[in-house]
Amino acid sequence: MDKLLKLLDTNARLSNAELAVMTGSTEDAVAKQIAAWEKDGVIRAYKALVDWDRTDREYVTAIIELRVTPKRDAGFEAIAQTIAAWEEVESIYLMSGGYDFSIVVTGRTFKEVAMFVANRLSTLDSVVSTATHFVLRRYKEKNVMYAAEEKDEREGF
Amino acid sequence: MDYERLLNPTLVATQPSGIRRFFDMAAELEDVIALTIGEPDFSTPWHIRQAGIQTLEKGKTWYSPNAGFAALRQSIANYLSRRFSLNYDPAHEVVVTVGGSEAIDLTFRAVVGPGDEVLVPSPSFVCYSPLAQLAGGKAVPLVTRAEDDFRLTAEALKAAITPKTKLLVLPFPNNPTGAVMRKEHLEEIAAVLRGTDILVLSDEIYGELTYGAEEHVSIASLPDMWERTILVSGFSKAYAMTGWRLGYCCGPQPIIQQILKLHQYGIMSAPTTAQYAAIEALDNGDEDVAAMRAEYDSRRRLIVDGFRKLGMPCFEPEGAFYCFPSVAITGLTSEEFCRRLLQEKHVAVVPGTAFGDCGEGFIRVSYCYSVKHIREALKRIGEFLEDYQ
Repeated sequence: MDKLLKLLDTNARLSNAELAVMTGSTEDAVAKQIAAWEKDGVIRAYKALVDWDRTDREYVTAIIELRVTPKRDAGFEAIAQTIAAWEEVESIYLMSGGYDFSIVVTGRTFKEVAMFVANRLSTLDSVVSTATHFVLRRYKEKNVMYAAEEKDEREGF
Repeated sequence: MDYERLLNPTLVATQPSGIRRFFDMAAELEDVIALTIGEPDFSTPWHIRQAGIQTLEKGKTWYSPNAGFAALRQSIANYLSRRFSLNYDPAHEVVVTVGGSEAIDLTFRAVVGPGDEVLVPSPSFVCYSPLAQLAGGKAVPLVTRAEDDFRLTAEALKAAITPKTKLLVLPFPNNPTGAVMRKEHLEEIAAVLRGTDILVLSDEIYGELTYGAEEHVSIASLPDMWERTILVSGFSKAYAMTGWRLGYCCGPQPIIQQILKLHQYGIMSAPTTAQYAAIEALDNGDEDVAAMRAEYDSRRRLIVDGFRKLGMPCFEPEGAFYCFPSVAITGLTSEEFCRRLLQEKHVAVVPGTAFGDCGEGFIRVSYCYSVKHIREALKRIGEFLEDYQ
């Protein structure tokens, strides 16, 4: 069933019929397995990878390095939960190395994101420092190439 | 100058590859999904590329020995023993060539004399008959049929054998049909060959790409067959190394000795960088092959099922990376089907006739493409079929 999960990871819009054919299973078994994964939280969501740069939407992304002082009882958990709850936050990861959290924040403008960092993130009690890096260009996202059109350069023999 | 008179008449009379023709036609149109390509859409696995790069960095850019580096020949011998229970002496029974293609050409030129007959199962890859003829032989097609799962049968072989028969080409797993010869089928062929002087060119370039329960079996592993078999294989298909141009042939020393002489004069030695990379591929590439095989298998299942659902009968291909559906429901010839499909729906496939006259009524469809491409192609072919029913 590892194969099924990998197929979904590549393309969530394959129908159960197609998935069954490709894995040599039945549609019913595929449906049951997917339902179980959804229930167990193995599959979290199905979303499109949108290249917003190709649309009219104003959209910026920043990656923020955050250093914090862990709280005595809850450690990093409480801070992470607080930050994760904000809708501007696309992702938040606890990191090894030079800082504690890596946060991906999106907004309409650079200013909007900068204000979010200044007003919301920096003012949290436990935050020691922030470093904001804006994304200038997206080349690849979740294994999908964004910047260049993929051209088939192979020859037919 | 009257070039026509000056040029080699056998060569002038030889038709260029029919695969190439449709590929070129497709290249002139926009938004084409071209399922014409017979090479992996994967790049060579990184560690194999790196092995090549490292030797370049160290300046290892000289010729190799004529037969190929001893270390590579040893790795080839180890691999063939490990995977297919075949024993070859790397010192005298292995030659590294510029792709499997050179190995095929060398084999013909080494064994075929004027007027010798070469039995070529049909449909099969485009190069055998032209090269056999250019070597001075006469190519005799052995028709394989959908009702036999496109396998070569003992009856067809027996019926074609004459006193002039020199060589049987065994191109399995097969391009374009995807047919494989399992051990029991090879045994029937071996029973016909046993006691004759007929040699076998076993082209096993797709030997790693089989999808059934049983793995590939080489005819050379059957009793009395090793001594008559020239095994041809290479790195292109299994390791996604097409552009490195590296293959090999193995066989009894008296044959390999002659093949090596041709290779020595015509080519000198196979590309050095590619040989270093190939050692890494053979020694540490099993997992890559397994991963790619699994990926092809998913696509194979998808595309075969897709054609069947569209009402196009499609033989279950068990090897290589092609399927070979019938276009009979449209009432069109293979050529006409491919031409119209390309013009009307911008999907390119290769007519079965490019692989022999008996490919009429079929098309070769490669599934060396992303699932996205395959789905889109099937959708367009579905629309195309609606117009013809």
